Amino acid sequence: MEWYLPVIWAALIGVAVAMYAILDGFDLGVGILFSVFTSNRHRDLMVNTVAPFWDGNETWLVLGGGGLWVAFPRAYAVLMPAMYIPIILMLLALVFRGVAFEFRSVARTSKPWWDRALWLGSTLAGFFQGVVLGGLIQGVKSANGAFAGGALDWATPFAFICGLGVIAGYALLGATWLVMKTEGELADLARQHAKTLILVVLAFMAAVSIWTPLAMERIFARWFSLPNFLFLWPVPILTAAVAWYGWKWLAEGREILPFFAAIGLFLLGYLGLVISWFPYIVPPSLTVWETAAVPASQIFVLIGVLLLLPIILIYIGFIYWLFRGKVREGEGYH
Amino acid sequence: MDLDPVLLARMQFAFTVTFHIIFPSFTIGLSAYIATLEIMWLKSGVERYHLLARFWTKIFAVSFAMGVVSGIVLSYQFGTNWSRFSVFVGNVVGPLIGYEVLTAFFLEATFLGVMLFGFNRVPPWLHVFSTVVVALGTAISAFWILSANSWMQTPTGHELKAGIAVPLDWITIVFNPSFPYRFAHMLTAAYLTTSFVVLGVGARYLLAGRHIEEARTMVRMGVGFIAIVAPLQVIIGDLHGLNTAKHQPMKVAAIEAHWDGSKPGDFHILAWPNQTTESNDFALSIPKAGSLLITHDPNGLYPGLKSVPPSERPPVPLVFFAFRLMILIGFCMVGAGWVGAWLWWRGRLFDANWYLMPAANVWWAGFVAVFAGWTVTESGRQPWLTQGILRTADAISPVPAGSIAFSLLLFILVYGIVFSMGIYFINRLIAAGPAGPLIMPPEYGTPTRPLSAAQEAGREALGTGR
Repeated sequence: MEWYLPVIWAALIGVAVAMYAILDGFDLGVGILFSVFTSNRHRDLMVNTVAPFWDGNETWLVLGGGGLWVAFPRAYAVLMPAMYIPIILMLLALVFRGVAFEFRSVARTSKPWWDRALWLGSTLAGFFQGVVLGGLIQGVKSANGAFAGGALDWATPFAFICGLGVIAGYALLGATWLVMKTEGELADLARQHAKTLILVVLAFMAAVSIWTPLAMERIFARWFSLPNFLFLWPVPILTAAVAWYGWKWLAEGREILPFFAAIGLFLLGYLGLVISWFPYIVPPSLTVWETAAVPASQIFVLIGVLLLLPIILIYIGFIYWLFRGKVREGEGYH
Repeated sequence: MDLDPVLLARMQFAFTVTFHIIFPSFTIGLSAYIATLEIMWLKSGVERYHLLARFWTKIFAVSFAMGVVSGIVLSYQFGTNWSRFSVFVGNVVGPLIGYEVLTAFFLEATFLGVMLFGFNRVPPWLHVFSTVVVALGTAISAFWILSANSWMQTPTGHELKAGIAVPLDWITIVFNPSFPYRFAHMLTAAYLTTSFVVLGVGARYLLAGRHIEEARTMVRMGVGFIAIVAPLQVIIGDLHGLNTAKHQPMKVAAIEAHWDGSKPGDFHILAWPNQTTESNDFALSIPKAGSLLITHDPNGLYPGLKSVPPSERPPVPLVFFAFRLMILIGFCMVGAGWVGAWLWWRGRLFDANWYLMPAANVWWAGFVAVFAGWTVTESGRQPWLTQGILRTADAISPVPAGSIAFSLLLFILVYGIVFSMGIYFINRLIAAGPAGPLIMPPEYGTPTRPLSAAQEAGREALGTGR
């Protein structure tokens, strides 16, 4: 029990973060794409495709953060102060993004400003999530179970590249989501952008994949030692294959499959990170076991997760089913 | 520059939590009110209820968004600003927040989608059901967060291992001694807060001679609810106070500005507590009434502030005055409810401008009372963050003061913009009123845009009405 409970919890938090990145990823992506979709008609439609979902999608972020606190309070207590500034900026960006959804629908003269808030909020939220990710990959300085680094330790070129990469990734999810959920001129434009974005995302994935093993010995050892390499070589091959199919499906005019290819790319990138990372939760020093809450706390909430998460997934599935199909013009916001 | 990180972190938390609590105080009650209206519509088929439900749903959407985004900030602030708190009591408090996410956040966020956008996609009963689920979700959320807060006030069911609180019995932790009272008090406060907003909007329309039928419904429902629940809240509050006297005597001593515990306490209607002289500079008091209230015996004794060293005392004037503000509003609420009920009984409620005029202008009463009440309970717990376990000064993150000051400024700036725009938009929705073409029944599947219809109506109202 002492051994596997933290592993189960690490997996759960991993799932919550992946769910967040995919689900809020596409609606943040839609916001990011406001930069290239400038007509009011398109923007209204774009917002309508995500309006019923964004609030639920954002809840996975609370589950991820809350789960980290529940299961690994000592990791939470190191990571949050270490990433203080990017996390606060991400939260403020999400504040703007969230209220902009509602405000733009009731605003008149200030609507262009709330469109800017939605775009900038989505973009900065994605950027700082990437920065936090990059900051974690680089490692966090800790001593005696507390953060022991400086306020700007996270601010490196590598973290900024990760930030830009996440923006591109979310934009790809958003563009393929629009291919699936809209039609006509809007869908065609989204398809064009999605093709470009696949290339951009691949470039960022390649940059991070080359940079991390070169800069960090433990990651190099994880990937390029035997027998690990024999098991791990399919990960990059699979990534290339998924990207190829995503491109092909976009070119063939498929409407649903490109979105799932984008999700596939995301999951493979994520898998690569997990492989580089585990079992550290505060790289490069603290593991899941060192930072775990007492078993009584982990078990108490685990019971709740096992009972409630299936129900949550059922009603979330119901919502996606209810609002299935293409979103058409004039169809109801509120 | 020599900034105190503890003070800054406290200012930041006070600011963000005060901003946040405004919205749950309103949306917990408003979702229940909308659910009530929709059930009444479903049962009676009276279109007025439907129209009102749609009207308040628009206001709910704007308020709920502000509540959600400001709430997410709080869930991360435990780590960014209070990392030692996260470690020392995280094993106990963390799981309670975890259950809040699992049982409430997903529920309300998901069914909100149906409530706001599902009108022409689901049958009416399912829409009503979704609204009820959202209302239930907000109440469940209150359940867990108040359990967590109450445990910080009256911790039980745990043991300390090397200074870290470790759970022993979850039932005892969740249902800690102050929880039932605090939960009942806050939930009732949220419902009362919303009632005053509903009453205020109804009164505003009646005075302006607009939306008369809808306004009458709102005024009736508001007055009826307040007349019954405001007195109930006084009783719940009293029981809550007795519970506090038992578990947090210094909080009650600060509430009553009671310095010397060797004598029975007076009730100070007004006083100027002086922390330097450890006495009240001025006091207008009812002799022995404090003892009567707290011990139910005019000669009963209860601990005074001087029974502990000054470093163990809460900030007395803040707690003292915040409490009096809350009580004052509470009794005014009872008065407003009873006067309104009497007018209603005499059949004069809708013509009594002397009653409607103030009613239209005190929509904020509940918000101020909630704010004052939380100031009492949170400041009254000081210097502890978790009573007897962790001091506030020992709970903060090893983060430089500059980072906290920087983020505090950003919060003030961003929340300032968001809040003023939110209030502006809500006010405009209220000015537009529950007018506009009715929604087509869902089975016809006609694309309807009630909101833009309401916007049109609002534009007209604004263009000609002011």
